[in-house]
Amino acid sequence: MKNKILTIATIGFSLLLSGCQFGPKVTQQNGPRGSGMNQIVDKDDVVPAAYIPPPPYPLEPDNGGPRAGETYQNLKVLGDLSTDEFNRLMLSLNDWVVPKNASEERAGCNYCHNPENMASDEIYTKGVARQMLVMTRNINANWKSHVKNTGVTCYTCHRGNAIPQYYWSNPVADSSTIRGKKHYQNTPDKTVGYASLPSNIYEPYFARAVDIRVGSTDAYRVKEAGASIRTTEHTYGLMMRFSGALGVNCGYCHNGNNFAGWKSATPQRAVAWYGIRMVRQANNEHITPIAGLFPAKRLGPKGDPFKINCMTCHQGVNKPLGGVSMLKDHPALAGVRGAPQPLQAQPAVPIKPVASLVSPEKVARP
Amino acid sequence: MATYQNIFTQVQLRGHPEMGVPIGREHSPRVGKPWFSYLMGKIGNAQVGPIYLGTLGVTSAVFFLIGFEIIGLNMLASVNWDPVQFVRQLFWLALEPPGPQYGLKILPPLAEGGWFLIAGFFLTASALLWWLRTYRRARALGLGTHVAWAFASAIWLFLVLGFIRPVMMGSWNEAVPYGIFPHLDWTAAFSLRYGNLFYNPFHALSIAFLYGSALLFAMHGATILAVGRYGGERELEQITDRGTASERAALFWRWTMGFNASMESIHRWAWWFAVLTTLTGGIGILLTGTVVDNWYLWAVDHKFAAVYPPTGVIDPSTLPVGGAQ
Repeated sequence: MKNKILTIATIGFSLLLSGCQFGPKVTQQNGPRGSGMNQIVDKDDVVPAAYIPPPPYPLEPDNGGPRAGETYQNLKVLGDLSTDEFNRLMLSLNDWVVPKNASEERAGCNYCHNPENMASDEIYTKGVARQMLVMTRNINANWKSHVKNTGVTCYTCHRGNAIPQYYWSNPVADSSTIRGKKHYQNTPDKTVGYASLPSNIYEPYFARAVDIRVGSTDAYRVKEAGASIRTTEHTYGLMMRFSGALGVNCGYCHNGNNFAGWKSATPQRAVAWYGIRMVRQANNEHITPIAGLFPAKRLGPKGDPFKINCMTCHQGVNKPLGGVSMLKDHPALAGVRGAPQPLQAQPAVPIKPVASLVSPEKVARP
Repeated sequence: MATYQNIFTQVQLRGHPEMGVPIGREHSPRVGKPWFSYLMGKIGNAQVGPIYLGTLGVTSAVFFLIGFEIIGLNMLASVNWDPVQFVRQLFWLALEPPGPQYGLKILPPLAEGGWFLIAGFFLTASALLWWLRTYRRARALGLGTHVAWAFASAIWLFLVLGFIRPVMMGSWNEAVPYGIFPHLDWTAAFSLRYGNLFYNPFHALSIAFLYGSALLFAMHGATILAVGRYGGERELEQITDRGTASERAALFWRWTMGFNASMESIHRWAWWFAVLTTLTGGIGILLTGTVVDNWYLWAVDHKFAAVYPPTGVIDPSTLPVGGAQ
């Protein structure tokens, strides 16, 4: 009898704790004492370090030879490169984006090009790739406030896939009756940390520019009521997505004493602020305008193309690819050659490094 | 020693069922043939019934059932009437209040919060009727109305959360959704929206009374069980006629912490702690968003919270052009 009760109690207690993560944790203080701004990393649940593909061969210095735009026809984006550098970049694109298991007639260069006429735009992927190159150069040249000098390449998002692993598109409309009506929430959803929070968080913030700020900046209510609780829950859902995409706690950017306040926020919060605007621009100016290029199978249920969010690049770590810069081996992606450098906002304070969230010994190869 | 660590009652009384004191003809009779249950006897009185239903009790129970069914059926509908998904997703499911666009509209479309308001009406009516029942039954038995007033304190918090504050804010959307995780998410969002509820002094008082209630309950329960062998359970008699149980219990606490409650005061302590938990909590919720919009900033203004040294980070939206990207 006693043993039976003990067994039942043990099993019951274990079930109660089954939602907890056991195992050793690494905790790093990231703010003033007592503020709870700690980064807690579960050592058993660290994202493996990403495989970084090496460049195909060292880049020869540009000796002023023929430009790619002179050598090839119908070049609209990379005509300013030397023919050599252009060819090398095309090889890398092959490595980064074209799926290894593509069918024979679509393998390698043929994924985007008609082998009979390389200049032809008849395959839609070529038009998409062209726009994505414009986007990549724009991010590297104009969004140093977010990507610093580490920059991004096609591989930051694609990782050997034709379609990046993480993307979003508009969800199907909520039911108009109570049958199937979830208000886009109240579902176990990983994107919002398995809370009951709304998960239709991308279109308002990453396409439209709905105000994310809900916390009050005045001690007393001054005029009409500010953000509603429903609006707050949307922001909360978005923040849970940030947390999951970067593998960080709230305290990575915020002092929990007053989430809305900037005075005690960390420099990372400003970096994220620029990131939100960078993502918005990439979606609105580079991806949505080419929606017409995509075949129906490459569109979401509402007919809009797959768009980016934090997870597309970050993939669970605070610095995509563990902070390794592939841009330095592929300077062609840094921006339009000879374009004037735009004025860059600098972070007000230097950013302290936080605990490494990537284990160097575990290297995942695709 | 193990006797005192057992959660289950050690003694069960059996005999002719206790039918209660006679009540006047103006009351409906108590109904049901009482029976004895061994398992009920393990946690309370082994005698079950008779029960007094009455108009208030029946109406209250029916209203509660209607509210409960509206919530449950809305949740079941939200998973396309799939009972398996209903069980799997139960903790996530909710009946949501109307959106902010409806303000205080009396009946928005049923699927857009109409059902929420109907459920809220029935649950509120049920709670108020049950309150009246506790009051009138206490009076009918010749008791004081302490239970009714303690229950009223809980109803106050319930009304503030679901009715009074939403009306003052001008939107039903401010009400708490019905659902396990959804109401927890509401709580967290509420704190985030209003600058961290932990700096709300009424929230702090409420927590102190809540934890204090648990502490008092544990201390009192332990004390009475410990002096049970000396007749310590005759607490009310010992208010005026202290026996050795009462003396020993008092001495124990004077020895261990220098002060002891009396057989009377401990019950007053417990009652007020319980009542003040929801009373202060309700005040704290009512002031949030109606008067105070950011409790952290309020607490800094009132020298109630520490100011952390600024990190020097500047809100990028306040920077001039060039900081746009």
